[in-house]
Amino acid sequence: MRELDSTRVTPLPVVATEARSRGLWRDALRRLAGNRLAMAGAAFVLLTAAAAAFAPLIDRYPPNRQDTTASFEGPSARHWLGTDQLGRDQYSRLVNGARVSLSVGILTQIVAVSLGLAVGLAAGLGFRTLDNLLMRFTDVVYAFPDLLFVILLVSVFREAVAGSATRTLVVIFVAIGLVAWPNIARLVRGQILSLRQQEFVQAAEALGASRLRVALVHLLPNTLGPVIVTATFGIPAAIFAEAGLAFIGLGLPPPTPSWGRLVADGYDAITSHANLVLAPALAIAALMMAFTFLGDGLRDALDPRLATPKPRVRVLPATRVRVRVQRRWRKAA
Amino acid sequence: MTAYLIRRLLWLVPVLLFVAAITFVLMHSVPGGPWDRDKPLPPAAVEQLNRKYGLERPLWEQFGRYLLGLLQGDLGVSYRHSDRPVTEVIGGGIKVSATLGGLAMLVAAAVGVPLGIVAALRRNRALDYLSVSLATLGASTPNFVLGIVLIVIFASTFHLLPTIGWGSWKQAIMPVLALSALPTAFLARITRASTLDVLQQDYVRTAWAKGLSVRAVVLRHVARNALIPVLTLAGPLAAALVTGSFIIESQFAIPGVGRAFVTAIFGRDYGVIMGVTLFYALVVATANLAVDLAYAAADPRIRYR
Repeated sequence: MRELDSTRVTPLPVVATEARSRGLWRDALRRLAGNRLAMAGAAFVLLTAAAAAFAPLIDRYPPNRQDTTASFEGPSARHWLGTDQLGRDQYSRLVNGARVSLSVGILTQIVAVSLGLAVGLAAGLGFRTLDNLLMRFTDVVYAFPDLLFVILLVSVFREAVAGSATRTLVVIFVAIGLVAWPNIARLVRGQILSLRQQEFVQAAEALGASRLRVALVHLLPNTLGPVIVTATFGIPAAIFAEAGLAFIGLGLPPPTPSWGRLVADGYDAITSHANLVLAPALAIAALMMAFTFLGDGLRDALDPRLATPKPRVRVLPATRVRVRVQRRWRKAA
Repeated sequence: MTAYLIRRLLWLVPVLLFVAAITFVLMHSVPGGPWDRDKPLPPAAVEQLNRKYGLERPLWEQFGRYLLGLLQGDLGVSYRHSDRPVTEVIGGGIKVSATLGGLAMLVAAAVGVPLGIVAALRRNRALDYLSVSLATLGASTPNFVLGIVLIVIFASTFHLLPTIGWGSWKQAIMPVLALSALPTAFLARITRASTLDVLQQDYVRTAWAKGLSVRAVVLRHVARNALIPVLTLAGPLAAALVTGSFIIESQFAIPGVGRAFVTAIFGRDYGVIMGVTLFYALVVATANLAVDLAYAAADPRIRYR
C-alpha cells in the first residue's frame, strides 16, 4: 500500500518543472507571498489560530478559575496581563477567547459564501423569472440594516438555546452569515453574467453542455477568486459584529471567554483598571487589521488588473515645472 | 426620470412590508413577552395586559392591526414606558442620534475627502503612506475599541473630558470621533482611488498644459470630478452610522434611537423594536435612493429609465 502511494507521489517534482504554463492560483500565490503587508497579516492570523488551537496548552490557569483574593491585580510574572474583578487570569482568558473570535469570523463566512454562491449561481443561470425573484429578494435583505438584523436574530434565538455556550455560538454565526450573504450573491451573479459572454462559455454551450454542467464546471471555478477576496473582507466585519454583540450584552453566556465579552467585562472597570479592557480591545483591532491586509493582498494577487497600477506620471515634480514655466512666461509678457 | 422615481418609491413598500413581517414574526417567536419581570406578575394581570394590547389575538390579526395603524402613522405604544407612543420614543431619540450621526458625517467629510485628495496628489510618498495607513487603521478598528482608547486617554488619564453622557459639547467629542473613524477611512480610500483615476484623464492633462495654477487644476478639474464616485458611498455610510449608533450610544450612555432599540430588545418592548427597525430600514433605503438620484444629478451621462 505504502509503496503504491510513493510511486504515485514521485512524479510530482517532474510535473512541477515541466509546467511552463503556470496556473492562475500558483501565480496568485507567488504575488501574495511578495506582498509584505499581506504576509504580516497572514502571520498574525496564523499566530492567533495557533493560540486558539493550543489554548489549553499555553494558558497558565483555567480561564474561568476565580480567585477572589487576587482581584484586579496588575500585570506581573504570575499574571502576565493581570486579573479581572473575579481574580481570573486575563492572559488565559484572552488566549481562550481567541477561539470564539476566530471561529465566528471564519464560520460566518462559510455560511455567507454557501448561501451567496447558491443564490448567485441560481440567479446567473439564465432563467429570467428566477433571476428577478432572487435578486429582488437579495435587494430586500440588503436594505435591512446589518447589525440591527443580527441583534434581532440573536436576541430571539439565544433565548431558544437558553444558556448553552456552543449553541449560542451557532446562533451568532448563523445570524451574522444570514446578513452577509447578499454581498456575495450580487458579486457572483455579476461575475457570471460577464463570464457568460466569454468565448469559452459560449463554446461549451455550443457543444451542447447542459446548463448545470456549464454552471458548475465553467462558471463556478472562475468566480471563486473574487468570492475568496470578499469573504476575507467579511471576516473582520463578522469579528466586529460578534464583539459588538458581546459589548451590548448579547454575546455568549458567561463565563465563556470571548474577546468581545472580555472587552465588555473590562469596560466596567475602564477608569480604574484600563489594562483589562485595552488588551482584548487591541487584540480585536489587530486581528481585524490582519484580515484586512490579507484581503487587500489577496485582491491584488488574484486580480492583477485591479491592483493599483504603477504611476504613469509623477504628478508633483511635473507640477512644479509647469508653474515655473508659467511665471516666466508671464514676466516675459 | 419621474417614472423612475415613482417606481423606486413604490419599491419601498414591499421592502418595508417584508422588513415589518420578518421583524414581527421574529419578535413573537420567542417564548416570553413584555411582562416578564424579575418578580413575576400574577397571571390574571398578565392576561388583562395581554387583552388590553391585543396580544392574545392570533399573530396574523395582530400584524394586520399593526399595518393598519402604520398606514395612519401610528406605531403603537411602548409597553415599558407606561404607554408612551412609539413615535414619541423614536422622535425623542432622533434629534440626538441625528446630531451624533450628522457631526460624525461632517468630521468624516472634512477629514476623509482632503486626506484622499492629498494622498493621490502625493502618490507613493510619505504623506500618501501616512494617509493610507490611517485609513486602514480607521477601517479595521471597531468603533467601540476606538471609544475605549479615547476614554482611557482623555477621561481616565488626563481628565479632560467627561466619560459618558450627552448634552454638552465636551460630551460629544469622544462619541463623534469614535463614530466617524469608519466613514472617514471609507471616504479617504475612495477619494484617493477616484482622484488617481481622474488625474490620468486627458482633460486634466489639458488643464495642466494650458498653464492653470495647481489650485485651479486640483479644485476645479480634479476634485469636482473625483467626488462623483464618492457620492455612492452615502448609502453605505448612512448604514454604518446607523449600525454604529447601537454600540456607541450604549457605550457612552447617549439617549438616542440606537440605545432605545437595545433597551427595547432586552425589555421585549415589541412596539419600540418594530418602530425602530422600520425607521432605520426607511433611513437606509432612502439614503440609497438619494444616492442614485444625486448620482444622476452630478453626472449627466447617467440616465435612469
